Amino acid sequence: MTMRYIATPLAAALVLALTLVLTLANPARAELQIEITQGVDTALPIAVVPFGWQGSGAAPPLDAAAIVAADLARSGRFAPLDRKDMLQKPTTGADVKFDDWRRQGSEVLVIGRVLQPGPDQYEIQFQVFDVLRGEQLLGYRQPATAADFRRSAHRVADLIYEKLTGVRGVFSTRIAYVTVVRAPGQAQGQVKSSYRLVIADADGENPRVMVESPEPIMSPAWSPDGRQIAYVSFESRRSEIYVQDLRSGSRKRVSARPGVNGAPAWSPDGRKLAVSLSRQDGNLDIYTLDLNTQVLTRLTSGPAIDTEPAWSVDGSQIYFTSDAAGGPQVYRVAADGGRAQRVTFEGSYNARPRVAPDGKQLAVVHNDRGNYRIATVDLARSTTQVLSSGRLDESPSFAPNGEMLIYATREGARGVLATVSANGRIKQRISALEGDVREPAWSPFPPN
Amino acid sequence: MKNLKTLAALLVVCLVTACAGPSKSTVDDGAAGAGQGGASSAGMGDGSMGQGGAMGGGGSGALGGPGASQENRIIYFEFDRFDIKPEYNAILQAHARYLSSNPSARVRLEGHADERGSREYNIGLGEKRAQSVRNVLLLQGGVSDQIATVSFGEERPAVIGSDDEAWSLNRRVEIVYGQ
Repeated sequence: MTMRYIATPLAAALVLALTLVLTLANPARAELQIEITQGVDTALPIAVVPFGWQGSGAAPPLDAAAIVAADLARSGRFAPLDRKDMLQKPTTGADVKFDDWRRQGSEVLVIGRVLQPGPDQYEIQFQVFDVLRGEQLLGYRQPATAADFRRSAHRVADLIYEKLTGVRGVFSTRIAYVTVVRAPGQAQGQVKSSYRLVIADADGENPRVMVESPEPIMSPAWSPDGRQIAYVSFESRRSEIYVQDLRSGSRKRVSARPGVNGAPAWSPDGRKLAVSLSRQDGNLDIYTLDLNTQVLTRLTSGPAIDTEPAWSVDGSQIYFTSDAAGGPQVYRVAADGGRAQRVTFEGSYNARPRVAPDGKQLAVVHNDRGNYRIATVDLARSTTQVLSSGRLDESPSFAPNGEMLIYATREGARGVLATVSANGRIKQRISALEGDVREPAWSPFPPN
Repeated sequence: MKNLKTLAALLVVCLVTACAGPSKSTVDDGAAGAGQGGASSAGMGDGSMGQGGAMGGGGSGALGGPGASQENRIIYFEFDRFDIKPEYNAILQAHARYLSSNPSARVRLEGHADERGSREYNIGLGEKRAQSVRNVLLLQGGVSDQIATVSFGEERPAVIGSDDEAWSLNRRVEIVYGQ
């Protein structure tokens, strides 16, 4: 073993840290499976015709049209026509016979072509038509490489979604989540756990293990630019906060103070983390940590459990959970300090706030007649809407367009993920092929 | 020292696995006493042995110290609470006495919560529970340097399950000697 050469426990810890990080190189096979459990009956009939291929070789890297159709179907708002029911498969506008599509009931038609301008250069050209009027709604060229071909196809779906709904699509975003696989250990009755922090595309493809540890991993949080992720790791048998660069996999321990180091949340400008620390006195309070200067600023004090901070959209306020009034409720404090104000009043348990992208709502874990469910709280009207129907739902996270939330729930004894539209009408279940999945965090929009 | 660590590790394993069913095993308690070398586990708790109702079910070891049987090393809590129930006074007193008469002894209080509610809030609850136990040990003769706390929240359940029994067994502080 390499451990033989390690002189000090510190060095040993460093090597361990490296081993943990290097698993970055292994793309995981455990993909997520997504299924719509509740859609809208007004889903728009759309036809996405297989794209033509005008490059060298037998075929493009992936079937872009299939990826686009799957994305649109998954949103719950579109009902793509089955390919085998298509009367024609045009790849240029001139070949489209609108009457055929009208007869089949498709209201929108998507056609396209994949070109290959260079050895590893592709271009997805596509057009979107209003079938009833026979008019083009959108025409676009999306560049791609073999490596990002799938992502580029998701971009195409994003653009189509935005054209047809008026809302930017989130098909090219990603999801971070934690998986736990428990296996029998060597000794009889012993249980060995393996915790992984995974990042996958929003459709569950391309999962990559960022960190793997026999000790708990918690609370993944995306940096606003989507390039880094902060999380809590118990790899040294106590809670510590790390920030990891997604591209290089290198990481930095940013808080390992005595007591609890938890609940990291990035400020909108990416310069600070709001965290919950218990420090020497064992009392959990909200702090901000400047990532450049390491300056720590205390925002709350007192004997209450103050944790789970979340920044307002403009960065001026921090929402957090506190049991100051007995049970957990959401409060708000100015990001540069001051007096905290209570925000939630409906129900005995409102915790782990997340701010909607438009700043008008919070998503919380809410006790609904003995069940822990995801709810939104309207900040102006102070009304609560329960969105989920599980018994042990937790960890809500908004999609960056605010249309959907992803959260953790149970299927039997298993931890799975689910999404629900912000109006509660569209639901999906997302499960891993093995083990429990939990603590989903939806990424910001990718840079354009 | 190495023995102690191994012992602590064994105990944790035992806790996690032994609680998997409704009946708790005391298999490792004997080994715990032996590994510790008698000196510490003897002499503890004899006086208070009969008092606390908490230690039913054939706890043959001492009340406090590393030789204490499994049920005398776990303090259970009510939902969303971190105050210590009176039935644990005798156990905690015995652990405090052990710490004060063994200045080199170190104990780690591992706080846990059940799975309900949000995860970081549960880290807070676990920490509060560990702090409650720590405060009692300090009041009764333990020294600050001897007592460390850590909270695992709901991340390391003793029992896998989503019913009242599992939840009540998971809301706990484990008293782990070593280090």
